Amino acid sequence: MPELIVYGIVLGSIIALGSVGLTLIWSITDLFNCAHGDQITAGAYFALLAGSLFSQLGFLQGKVGPFSFNWGVLLGFVPAILLSAGLAILIDRWVYRPLRRWGATSIVGFIASIGVAWVLRGLIYIIWGADFHFYSTGLRPMLFLPLGIKLRTDEIFIIVVAWAAVALVYLFLKRTKMGKALRALADNPPLARVAGIDTERMIVWAWAIAGTLIAIAGVLYGIETQLRPEMGWIFLLPLFAAIILGGQGSITGALAGGLVMGIAQQVSTAWLVPSYKPAVAFIIMILVLLFRPQGIFGRRRT
Amino acid sequence: MTDLRLENVVSGYGKMEVLHGLSLEVEEGEFASVLGPNGAGKTTLLRTIFGVVKPWKGKVYFRDEDITGFPPERLARMGMCYVPQEESIFPSLTVQENLEMGAFIRDDDIRPRIEEVLELFPDLRDRKQSRAGELSGGMRQMLAIGRALMLNPRLLLLDEPSTGLAPFLVDAIFDRIQKLNEEGVTIFLVEQNARAALRHSDRAYILEGGEKKAEGSAQEIWEDEEIGRLYLGR
Repeated sequence: MPELIVYGIVLGSIIALGSVGLTLIWSITDLFNCAHGDQITAGAYFALLAGSLFSQLGFLQGKVGPFSFNWGVLLGFVPAILLSAGLAILIDRWVYRPLRRWGATSIVGFIASIGVAWVLRGLIYIIWGADFHFYSTGLRPMLFLPLGIKLRTDEIFIIVVAWAAVALVYLFLKRTKMGKALRALADNPPLARVAGIDTERMIVWAWAIAGTLIAIAGVLYGIETQLRPEMGWIFLLPLFAAIILGGQGSITGALAGGLVMGIAQQVSTAWLVPSYKPAVAFIIMILVLLFRPQGIFGRRRT
Repeated sequence: MTDLRLENVVSGYGKMEVLHGLSLEVEEGEFASVLGPNGAGKTTLLRTIFGVVKPWKGKVYFRDEDITGFPPERLARMGMCYVPQEESIFPSLTVQENLEMGAFIRDDDIRPRIEEVLELFPDLRDRKQSRAGELSGGMRQMLAIGRALMLNPRLLLLDEPSTGLAPFLVDAIFDRIQKLNEEGVTIFLVEQNARAALRHSDRAYILEGGEKKAEGSAQEIWEDEEIGRLYLGR
């Protein structure tokens, strides 16, 4: 059991990364972004691209410290983040912004984002094929912790990087003028406009942040398992469950929700066949919607 | 100089026309009120002036400059600020952060201005780090006005500042607004609470069904029995 909880924290950290961006976009643009999962996949493949480029050039081949991946993948975070943020901003410019201009309802945006998700996944199939890809081959060093917990060194890396990224975003939102304006816009969009906060410019910022966290989530999940075109899609349900659990627009809620979803899904495998994991996300989401629709950390909308 | 002038403004939402050709004027330094029942178009009037709703026809002038169709941000830079009736604060931000957001478009050091605004509303000072959503109704209204004052506006637009407040708080809020007016801020507010508004105003308009029914000094409007009976429910 303690082992499952630790695995849950690993998975939950990755979900939390995705959920912060998702809730930010949801509260600012009213968009429930179904492409979030496939953007995570794209982020993972961007790092793969960078990593293989480095290895073709013949450098950065050495393994990083006690971890299974090489320096090429670690440095690959940088182009992955840039490409992922750029992709998110472009998708918004080409798809969601025109929809906002036409005054489309949020359900239209929701359906458009399903289309975006399929296009992204299709492109990944075309470019990289359906085969699994790995950042690294060979041994994945293991640690033996008390309570019979076996943890890969990579998984320590995942938790540390995920929460460091979350902490940075949290500080950005709490301390900087831009971050406060983003929260203000998420809180009360009409008043934010009255205060002279430029919504469209803020939306670009929100997508940049979401894209950054998406890329980090994708690369971390790629390190944890393997890269396949469907890898991100399966995150969508736990992501939605996490932000509904956390309450719309609540960053801390999204983080806690992500962690809860990860742990709940992993712990459920003690009794359930692992392929039923997504059902756990569903059940939690339904229970929250039934009994506390504003989420655990959310406030009631007046 | 007139701080605000509307000429035959027609405005509304979608296909629904709310204001049917409204003209009015507010002089520099004046305290002017628009009174009228629910659904008279009072909120639409303020939203149209502040560029949240674009007028269909007519002209809006701010300090004799044609501002018809200017977006809110531009008007805020020019010295016009707006306190909406509902959801006039950022509930999950702290009091301090709400004030900071009031000066979002300023790039210089806003700390002195925050101090000045807190001088005006000393009650807010002790709650600087509280989440605005936890404040009482009266404090929220003070914060909403304080936020709008962050840019040192010349003209302050207020939408029903008395809404949802106990009578003694209504007086307190109006006293503050009066004090602002005495310090040189032109006030243009819309109200259902005619008594409170007229006691402090210089000039008043009666709005009903999107049309101006009467105008005059606050004294005249208050003493006119017919207006009182027809529009103010007295």
